[in-house]
Amino acid sequence: MARMKFICDAERCIECNGCVTACKAEHDVPWGVNRRRVVTLNDGVPGERSISVACMHCSDAPCMAVCPVNCFYKTDEGVVLHDKDVCIGCGYCSYACPFGAPQFPSAGTFGVRGKMDKCTFCAGGPEANGSEAEFEKYGRNRLAEGKLPICAEMCSTKALLGGDGDVVADIFRNRVLQRGKGAEVWGWGTAYGSKQAGQPGAKS
Amino acid sequence: MSRPSKVLGLSVAVVFLAGLSACSEQAQPLGAAKKDAAAFTGTPVTANHSGTWKAGDKTAWEQQIKTRTQNGQNEYTRAP
Repeated sequence: MARMKFICDAERCIECNGCVTACKAEHDVPWGVNRRRVVTLNDGVPGERSISVACMHCSDAPCMAVCPVNCFYKTDEGVVLHDKDVCIGCGYCSYACPFGAPQFPSAGTFGVRGKMDKCTFCAGGPEANGSEAEFEKYGRNRLAEGKLPICAEMCSTKALLGGDGDVVADIFRNRVLQRGKGAEVWGWGTAYGSKQAGQPGAKS
Repeated sequence: MSRPSKVLGLSVAVVFLAGLSACSEQAQPLGAAKKDAAAFTGTPVTANHSGTWKAGDKTAWEQQIKTRTQNGQNEYTRAP
């Protein structure tokens, strides 16, 4: 069973924002909403690091736990999705999410919050796969086309890895062993548990 | 208290109780999220599908995802 996960390799991210742009273009994400963002830590200081952040599709998603109308659901592949027809735009998920993933379009009158929007791991929503209704609300369903999230596939330095958790963890582990540093994976423990991907095994 | 008064009082109480029932809350079940079709069932436009997997074949879809992850994101397997 595939279990979808994201890894962002801070050693490789060059803050090009290609992932952000690719995501917005692929899904026609509305103005003011960014499903993915690049965050730079210690900007301007030698040794600064950038990471691409979006919904991590947590194993035990806090957004699902706090939603008062139960609009979230998790697919068999571990992708956390939500139903915009059920969402009431209360914003609880936004407060609960450690990654700031839930976004709210503010195009309504008097600053009324719209339905929540977030990264879908390019897996669409509850509407029929590949339908126009699904695209309008959630964007393109690339997983149902046998493809991976556009942000990861477009990443020029392959800093952002997205796909089957076992495979991306293996790719990252191999990198860490090759370069001999940078085993820390930002957000991995928060999203998927305490184990760090890419961490060298205990020496025997 | 006389019997007619008792009956009248009881009737009034019943009417009030019946009236109160209109104030009770209706059941508000949580909006059960719609059932989503699994990704391996594919999309209607098969021309957009990547790879050689057939829609509905879960094992083939999973293999396609793994292969695409390796081919597209692991440059160590491609570097000489």
